[in-house]
Amino acid sequence: MNNNILHVSNGSCIKVADIPVLSYDCFRATTLELMSDKARHCVSYFGYSSAEAIRLMMCIADDAAHDILVFACDVENGARLASAAADCLALERYEREIHENWGLEFEGHPWYKPVRDFMPGKYKFFEMEGEELHEVGVGPVHAGVIEPGHFRFICNGEDVLHLEIQLGWQHRGVESLMLKKKRLIERVLLAEGIAGDTSVSHSTAFASVWESLCGFKPGKEVLWARTLAAELERMANHTGDLGAICGDVAYQLGAAVFGRLRTPIVNFSQRWCGNRLGKGNVRPAYAPYAFTEELRQQLLSDLSAYERDFLEMSDKIQHFPSVLSRLDRTGIVSTEQAESIGAVGMAAKCAGVCRDTRASHPYGVYASLGVQPVVKESGDVLARTELRIDEVKQSLAIVRALLAQMPSFGASECVNIPSAGCPASGSFAIALTEGWRGEICHCAVTGADGELVAYKVKDPSFHNWMALALAVRGNEISDFPICNKSFNLSYCGHDL
Amino acid sequence: MFKSLNIFLHQGKQFIPDIRNAKAPRVFRGRPVISTEKVDEEAFAGVCPSGAIGISPVSIDLGKCLFCGECERCFPKKVHFTDDTHLATNVRERLIVREGEDKPIEVDRDAIRPEVRKIFRGSLKLRQVSAGGDGSCEAELNATGNVQFDMGRFGIEFAASPRHADGVLVTGPISANMARALELTYEACPEPRLVILDGTDAISGGMFADSPDLDRSFLESHHVDLFIPGNPAHPLTVINGLLDLTRSK
Repeated sequence: MNNNILHVSNGSCIKVADIPVLSYDCFRATTLELMSDKARHCVSYFGYSSAEAIRLMMCIADDAAHDILVFACDVENGARLASAAADCLALERYEREIHENWGLEFEGHPWYKPVRDFMPGKYKFFEMEGEELHEVGVGPVHAGVIEPGHFRFICNGEDVLHLEIQLGWQHRGVESLMLKKKRLIERVLLAEGIAGDTSVSHSTAFASVWESLCGFKPGKEVLWARTLAAELERMANHTGDLGAICGDVAYQLGAAVFGRLRTPIVNFSQRWCGNRLGKGNVRPAYAPYAFTEELRQQLLSDLSAYERDFLEMSDKIQHFPSVLSRLDRTGIVSTEQAESIGAVGMAAKCAGVCRDTRASHPYGVYASLGVQPVVKESGDVLARTELRIDEVKQSLAIVRALLAQMPSFGASECVNIPSAGCPASGSFAIALTEGWRGEICHCAVTGADGELVAYKVKDPSFHNWMALALAVRGNEISDFPICNKSFNLSYCGHDL
Repeated sequence: MFKSLNIFLHQGKQFIPDIRNAKAPRVFRGRPVISTEKVDEEAFAGVCPSGAIGISPVSIDLGKCLFCGECERCFPKKVHFTDDTHLATNVRERLIVREGEDKPIEVDRDAIRPEVRKIFRGSLKLRQVSAGGDGSCEAELNATGNVQFDMGRFGIEFAASPRHADGVLVTGPISANMARALELTYEACPEPRLVILDGTDAISGGMFADSPDLDRSFLESHHVDLFIPGNPAHPLTVINGLLDLTRSK
């Protein structure tokens, strides 16, 4: 059966005609067989409209073999199919999404809940009956300055029995605009806005997909700059999150110090590319902002000042009983749970599942850096706090290693913007990047004229919201903010 | 104990003493200046991804501009983005920068509702509503409260409940799914209440302006008191904009 699938590497482009098309029964059986191996997980599963049928595309990453398995299946409009999620929970949100976007029915699906397309105010939440039970609804507008989502808790006293998360409030139509807007710069800006706090990693995934569709190989300095920008993005967000975690346990010193330590990192991003969040720093085919020797010296001195204060503050919270008691054994996700829901990034790595695209499917210049993912076993808020501290330390080392092998950038004054060329016709491209939250996957399909016929985005939050729902079970509802903050998932990245 | 004292000591002085005149580290893409150099106007307007460039005369609408710098890259002699962070105004028309102009963007005192400066000049609490915001504007709004920008020193803060707020500060292009929640949050604020749009997405919809998944009808029925452009808006742009609106210099 496995002979029928195509093995592709991260950031590669293949002809659509070469993708094996299986019958749905075979498609489902192959998927389930492949997913039974723990080294594999589904990075994207989506549908698109092709010649009076709906084509389902399955992309399963094999972390051990460092490749991605791709196969497809054509089904009729309105087809009723046997749910694969019934036997493999990690696929459940993908099936709900395909149902919502294409009207296919998946019989036997465990919970046919809307992903994004719901009627605000009319959707009926899951209910439990019991004399002692009560419900608590939170959102979509939250108390802090964050994005909207609705959380519905079912509690017994203070203990959470069940949390249902309803997203979709942020839906802006990113994927359909990707097809509708024809100019490259429009699409780049859409990619930057998928999740504004991860704009570097999302636009890197877009650039990689676009370049491979065009058969363009970016220069070493381009890949180097993207890698550096991604690690700075990781440091800035992890540092900000550590401050927010301290704030949620009312530890003001940590909140203030980590909060202000984010500033030198984002300010450096602004010195480099004119935007604190790295917007504008990644463009297909070229590096728009040259990295100069002056910037290198600036970053080295910023980092040494940052490092001393960061290490001092993180050492303090790791040995401070009143902080630790709030983090330790709060909001646990077990290894089995993380594996079963197909968790990625921080949510997986904190539950003992080593899943990091930088190591398993390296892109940019990560292959030469040999990233060893940080993995924690306890799966609790403390693990997600310590993981951030360790990843910041690791990113510091990576950034310094990058600065030691800085490539030369051509003259930045170029009136003619380098172009990757035109996308090849009838092609499929896939790119994975490791954003600070976890694995990002972008897929694109072109038609006979080379125009995009499908563009699929998957943010790590697509998998990881389920991890948050599981983490709060059995916890006090008052610990929800700290659990939520420890994941800090993206609403707009999920809602698209 | 000594560890904590050491940490205190090592922070030094972090706050920015003079927020009104503080400069963002260069390179910051702030208010653009458009030269009178002759260019192919159609081609110039054509590079803009969000339709912010107008022609005859050439202009850039900061309510639509995403500050991507594409126009400056293609036409470096025609346009230059300065590091001026003062971009907020209460008059939508004032966000349009025309060729040959190099004047600051300012709040029009005469257009401010009289009760605003009377009631909010010493204290302003806002309820933030993200309605399709991509998380970047929200991150920068959180940064306004850090020890460096310290917006709280001016008595301006974000309130957890609209009941305690003097108005709503909206980020994002206003997704259809958030339209009702935004309206309800606004209605829950006691009067008089402000409407402030933070970021280009909120002001015009940005890249999502023609998406069928938006519902911007809220803006048709409510007066907007302040427009704060940016992608995302810089904390200095936000704080100085709110100060310009609520108090005299």
